[in-house]
Amino acid sequence: MAVIVQYRYSEAIHPLHAVLLSGSFALYLGALLSDIAYAKTFHIQWSNFASWLIVGGLIFSSIALVFAIADLCRAHRRVSGVAAYVVLLVASWAVGLFNALMHARDAWAMMPGGLILSIAGTILIALATWLGFRTPHFVGSAQ
Amino acid sequence: MRYAIFMSALGISAVLAACGAEPQEPQFGANPQLPKPSRGLLPTMNIPEPTGWDGQMPTVPDGFTISAIATDLKIPRQTLILPNGDILVAEGRGGNAPALKPKDVIAAYIKGKGTTNVESGNRITLLRDADGDGEYEFRSVFAEDLNAPYGLAFVNGRIYVANQDAVVWFDYEEGQTEAAAKPTQLTELPSEINHHWTKAMTASADGRHLYVGIGSNSNITERGWTAEADRAVVWEIDAESGARRTYATGLRNPTALTIQPGTGQLWAVVNERDEIGPDLVPDYLTSVKEGAFYGWPYAFWGPNPDERVRPQDPQKVAATIAPDYALGSHVAALGVAFSNEAMGESFAEGVFVGMHGSWNRSSPVGYKVVFVPFSDGVPAGEPVEFVAGFLESGNNKTRGRPVGVTVDPRGALIVADDLSNAVWRIVRADVAQNLDAAANESSGR
Repeated sequence: MAVIVQYRYSEAIHPLHAVLLSGSFALYLGALLSDIAYAKTFHIQWSNFASWLIVGGLIFSSIALVFAIADLCRAHRRVSGVAAYVVLLVASWAVGLFNALMHARDAWAMMPGGLILSIAGTILIALATWLGFRTPHFVGSAQ
Repeated sequence: MRYAIFMSALGISAVLAACGAEPQEPQFGANPQLPKPSRGLLPTMNIPEPTGWDGQMPTVPDGFTISAIATDLKIPRQTLILPNGDILVAEGRGGNAPALKPKDVIAAYIKGKGTTNVESGNRITLLRDADGDGEYEFRSVFAEDLNAPYGLAFVNGRIYVANQDAVVWFDYEEGQTEAAAKPTQLTELPSEINHHWTKAMTASADGRHLYVGIGSNSNITERGWTAEADRAVVWEIDAESGARRTYATGLRNPTALTIQPGTGQLWAVVNERDEIGPDLVPDYLTSVKEGAFYGWPYAFWGPNPDERVRPQDPQKVAATIAPDYALGSHVAALGVAFSNEAMGESFAEGVFVGMHGSWNRSSPVGYKVVFVPFSDGVPAGEPVEFVAGFLESGNNKTRGRPVGVTVDPRGALIVADDLSNAVWRIVRADVAQNLDAAANESSGR
């Protein structure tokens, strides 16, 4: 009986992609925590932190999105789940953009919208990060 | 042009367009319409693009003529007329507010588009019309190496200058064209951050006190409460000792102060807060009542709370008094001066107000000098356009931006323009002709 060996293994996302994706989560989470601190203390510096963290998250997730779209375009990396990942990443980016504009309002004018958008953005980027890392990228034939 | 560049780049210019509908309701007087505060996702920004005069001139009422008595200055802001008729011009640009948020970086870039790129003069220029023909043929640098000088006052034989960080004085003898020595410091002024850096100043009628306007360090506390210590106030400073006390509070940005002839009452023009709509909050002209609280940051135009302020203070909201006369929202009043009979019958009683012009409004307002008529010592009636033609509203360009205004007791209005870096002089045509004739006669002799 002939034994046919098939090489089949999962390939992780590109290390830079991984760093930017998980970094986006950390940045959005930092913004959310800063918003909470501002809401509790009225200390304006927390809202300044949040504003910059959101911009950081936007930049990181924009580049991660380029990687994700590249994966979507290459047949051997296009596996089930990657589309959902891209959709979540785009959604988190859009929420982040609106959040950045909301945080550009002066003082308490950013509330409560800024806090709500920070919560939404953090949840979306968390889900996107989960899917982004979980989705296996198969190389070789799965038969 | 409409600075929607980065906004449309983000693909959400529709949001901006939605905020474009602005009522053209006239907003002046003691009881202005105050709509509900509103703000789109983006603040409305429209900075008319600077352009040259190209032979054009500002427009003035019939019976008046205008001329530029000095050009190529280094950001002229406020002027002072000395007893011999010489004009001092404070030139410079101040402020050292760091960008705290990403927004500050973008907003500073956009607002910078509407201002001159000439380097800050940090000096005082003297202009002289020796023969009285209305042409200021002599010009000298009276003092230099100042720190963003703005407010000017002449009392007790001294020229007081409000730098952005201190009040200083020079000894002055009539006819002097240059300060004899370095200035002496009278007192320091709050200057940390200096978001609103212009230190307006005037002297009391008896010369005992100087009044200095110290603007807030933010639009609406977004630079934190600690930055607002001794801000949004008018100080009364002893002209001899430099001792000071707070005269009135809650004046967001008192950009020009003056004393009413006859009564000795202190008046101010004040720039109010931004980013709560095209018709909020009206900039105003008011008599400054001793000990009064005018609202900033807690409230505006009487006890109307500003929801952007945390923690709130209902007692301060309740204590807020309404100013005397609304000049219109976002007009950016930066100059005020009482008129006199030499300006002609229609402009004899009232104040001239220089309006630098708006940024936080889709249809620009201000960019002119108006005359607010007074009756029995208080504002009465609608503002009258006195110097206009700065703004080309059709293509959204501006040739100049008025700042300080001063009335020459001999019957002329002096207007500093910090965009075209000029000083304008507006005089009654009949006065100008008589002066011309007299000057010709004297030079012919």
